[in-house]
Amino acid sequence: MARDFIRSLPEHERDRGSWLQSVHIDPLMLALILLVLLYGLGVLYSAVDGSETLFRAQLLRLGLAFVALVVAAQLPPHFYARWAPIVYVAGVVLLILVLLFGVKVKGSQRWLDIPGIIRFQPSELMKIAVPMAVAWYFHDRPLPPSFKDVCVALAIVAIPAGCIIAQPDLGTGILVAGAGLAVVLLAGLPWRWVAYASVAAAAAAPGLWYTLQEYQRQRILTLFDPESDPLGAGWNIIQSTTAIGSGGVWGKGLLQGTQSHLDFLPEARTDFIIAVVGEELGLLGFLVLVILYLLLILRGLILAASSESSFGRLLSGALILTFFVYVFVNIAMVSGLLPVVGVPLPLVSYGGTSAITLMAGFGIVMAIRTHKAW
Amino acid sequence: MFVGRAMTLFVIMTVLLLLLVVRFVQLQIWEFETYQTRSDQNRIQVQPLAPPRGLIFDRQGELLADNRDSSSLALVTERIDTIGSTIEQLSQLVSITPADISEFEKRLAEKRRPFEPVTLRSSLTEEEIALLAVNRHKFAGVEVVNELVRNYPYGSLFAHAVGSVRRINEDDLRSLDSVTYSATRFVGKRGVERYYERSLHGEVGYQQVETDAHGRIRQVLDIKPPIAGQNISLYLDGRLQIAATAALGERRGAIVALDPRSGGVLALVSNPGYDPNLFITGMSSAQFGELSHSIYKPLFNRAINGQYAPGSTFKPVVGLAGLVNDVMSWDETIEDIGYFQLPGQERIYRDWAWTRNNAGGQGTVDLRRAIYRSSNVFFYDLATRMPVESLVGFAAQFGFGSELGVDIAGASAGLLPDPIWKQGYKGEIWYPGDSVNMGIGQGDLLVTPMQMAVVAATLANRGEVVRPRMLLSSDAPLPEVDPPQPLAAVAGPTPEDWENMVDAMEDVVHRGNQGFRQNGTAWAYIGRDIPYRMAGKSGTAQVVEIRQGEEYNEEELEEFNRKHAWFIAFAPADEPVIALSVLVENGGGGSSVAAPIARQVTDAYLLPQLASRN
Repeated sequence: MARDFIRSLPEHERDRGSWLQSVHIDPLMLALILLVLLYGLGVLYSAVDGSETLFRAQLLRLGLAFVALVVAAQLPPHFYARWAPIVYVAGVVLLILVLLFGVKVKGSQRWLDIPGIIRFQPSELMKIAVPMAVAWYFHDRPLPPSFKDVCVALAIVAIPAGCIIAQPDLGTGILVAGAGLAVVLLAGLPWRWVAYASVAAAAAAPGLWYTLQEYQRQRILTLFDPESDPLGAGWNIIQSTTAIGSGGVWGKGLLQGTQSHLDFLPEARTDFIIAVVGEELGLLGFLVLVILYLLLILRGLILAASSESSFGRLLSGALILTFFVYVFVNIAMVSGLLPVVGVPLPLVSYGGTSAITLMAGFGIVMAIRTHKAW
Repeated sequence: MFVGRAMTLFVIMTVLLLLLVVRFVQLQIWEFETYQTRSDQNRIQVQPLAPPRGLIFDRQGELLADNRDSSSLALVTERIDTIGSTIEQLSQLVSITPADISEFEKRLAEKRRPFEPVTLRSSLTEEEIALLAVNRHKFAGVEVVNELVRNYPYGSLFAHAVGSVRRINEDDLRSLDSVTYSATRFVGKRGVERYYERSLHGEVGYQQVETDAHGRIRQVLDIKPPIAGQNISLYLDGRLQIAATAALGERRGAIVALDPRSGGVLALVSNPGYDPNLFITGMSSAQFGELSHSIYKPLFNRAINGQYAPGSTFKPVVGLAGLVNDVMSWDETIEDIGYFQLPGQERIYRDWAWTRNNAGGQGTVDLRRAIYRSSNVFFYDLATRMPVESLVGFAAQFGFGSELGVDIAGASAGLLPDPIWKQGYKGEIWYPGDSVNMGIGQGDLLVTPMQMAVVAATLANRGEVVRPRMLLSSDAPLPEVDPPQPLAAVAGPTPEDWENMVDAMEDVVHRGNQGFRQNGTAWAYIGRDIPYRMAGKSGTAQVVEIRQGEEYNEEELEEFNRKHAWFIAFAPADEPVIALSVLVENGGGGSSVAAPIARQVTDAYLLPQLASRN
């Protein structure tokens, strides 16, 4: 079926003899990524108030992320398949270490600190390691998966996701779980099982409510009635929807947003940067970004579909789905459709960690597509 | 299989992204106006601008009240998460005492406008302002508020004359116009500051500003400047005020000096005083407690609110009333045997000179001698010769029992008792003994030093009553000044009566070297070397009634039971330019204690004028 699809693609899509191809880079995907990055830098320049220091810092981070993409693209898929279970197990161990010895920052224990050497968030690693492990588990098993295999896969997802949510870091937990579940979904999980699971989740929701942290409940309540606490929890949502709404169709113009430049909009350069897009570039600017994202996702799925191994297809597809979850959760949260969770807008928000993870993910997708012999 | 899945998922993702697009369409097109308005309300604010308060000058152009820049540290509590830790961090930059914090908490508990900064520390130094400016980014909701605050360069010297402003409190907010006072933090609370509040305050201005989320102004979009309050000049003579304050010294009491021709208040002293600046820069609860609870009442304006029996200073009025009612003439005499008894009554009304060993009294006394010797017996007798209504009706023309319309807020009216008042207030009829007491300015009769200064001015003017005025001039006509109704002149006495009364009062001061019980009561104390003609009358007002037949020793009386010393005077006697009253609470003898003070004040006013004339 996959081969049929590839055959249906135009000639140049299948085999491009460019030099980029020889370094395992997909030119079309690269072009789309660069367009999103360029767009993001433009918005970020406004969001940091034209601060050269911050802008340069972000350029440097994106440079690093680009290196991560190129490096990840060079590694053959079987390398990933071999290392997947090892990285996964190591990641889970690290997550448990975090829970036991981690450093607390702002009330949640996310960081592992080896004094003087390194300080990092193992949960970030799991955004790639989890889907990779699930893809590895499925790659030599019959698809669609049996009930047993689905249960094992769910366990592979649940253990790290549970650890991350326990930190507590609901946002990353959702992304990691989403990435893992994307593989299960792509592997051919029957839709009716999905439906059963949804019904079960809805039934369990009231019980889940009591397992949430107080601040998490507050965020959910705030979503339904931001005005109930306009200077507290509701502030962010009121200000971000005000920023977006006041942008109108055409926007106030780059650097002209009053909500962001007069500090009404919190986290304008990080998680809430889409509100700057809405305010300064308006609905049109927003549509341009959404279309770029959609094209990037489409290209990613095409690359995934044209992969020759089941591991490659599942992993690539999952990474692209994760990318989508990032985009959707972030924009839905900032525009007041979802509770506030700490998810940055991919390739646009200020910050390095998520950019590096995402770009490495695109690198893996390219690697899987371009390393044919596996 | 995979491709099918991928395509399905792509469709789902596209639908979900479309959902986001719909959400943006909702916010940016359907509800655009709502959010645009909300965004503008966020950034654009209309701020009222406080007008600079009008300045107050004395007659020589000396500044008695001006405005100075003051920076205070204030917190916009709505923008601060934990006030405690913010204060703690701030205290590492500027000194914040526990007293500051407790005062701050008190202000915090009071009602105020939303987002109004609450003062934590006032009177910041230049260095502290600089430190705060450097660290400003660390503190959201912390503001250095610059404002013009009232300043009284002379401190306590003019406190009771000019009055003072106070920080607007919860009660004031209820009565003040919320628009006019939207930016104002102080309001005139006493004296001239209160009486001329409307003119001194000025007109509020507005500015439309763009502010950031921290309330800091980024740019001014539009401005309507405030209009400064009127500057006003007072009749007060700074040098005379200083002299009067010095003359009173540490004694509790009051001095009011008027220009009898205009009614202008030349000096107004009430001691003890207070430093009105304390009410502006703030004071500790302990300091305020001391001011408001001291048994010596420094906040009490004795000059216009202190009400005392006038004692013998009332006698010239009784004498003129006797002449007008034809129950006495200048030639008539009585025998003063040292005490007076009503026909058929046991009770003895003593003369001030009466002692058990020397019961002889002052001998033969006419009206003139009764004034300069201050014979009680003469006036006991005179007061009983006429109906009390006639005496009271005559006295009312001098302003007794009325507040005179002086342009200082809250002047007291004193009390001029009559049978109707007594029936209503005490439920008793008017006894002849009440008239006896009133004859020497005792009983229920109460006057303020301001009223007695008006009596002195009326005598100086030979019957013309002037309304006491603080306001000399202003840049423009003030709304508070309805052209003051001229007061009616005292009707009845002939010009000769007035001249004779003035002569008798001159004798109080100047008649000397005449032998035992022949000199003016004040001569020994002030009359020996006086270079100009002064007319005066002493008074020694009883505070408590001495029971019949009881010997008393002034030393043994509690401080507050001692008699009040009075002296009213004007000079030069023929062409008066100053009329004044002096009251020393529990001071003792009017001639010995109050008269020298009056002399010092008149000297300070007249001697330079006399010297320049020669």
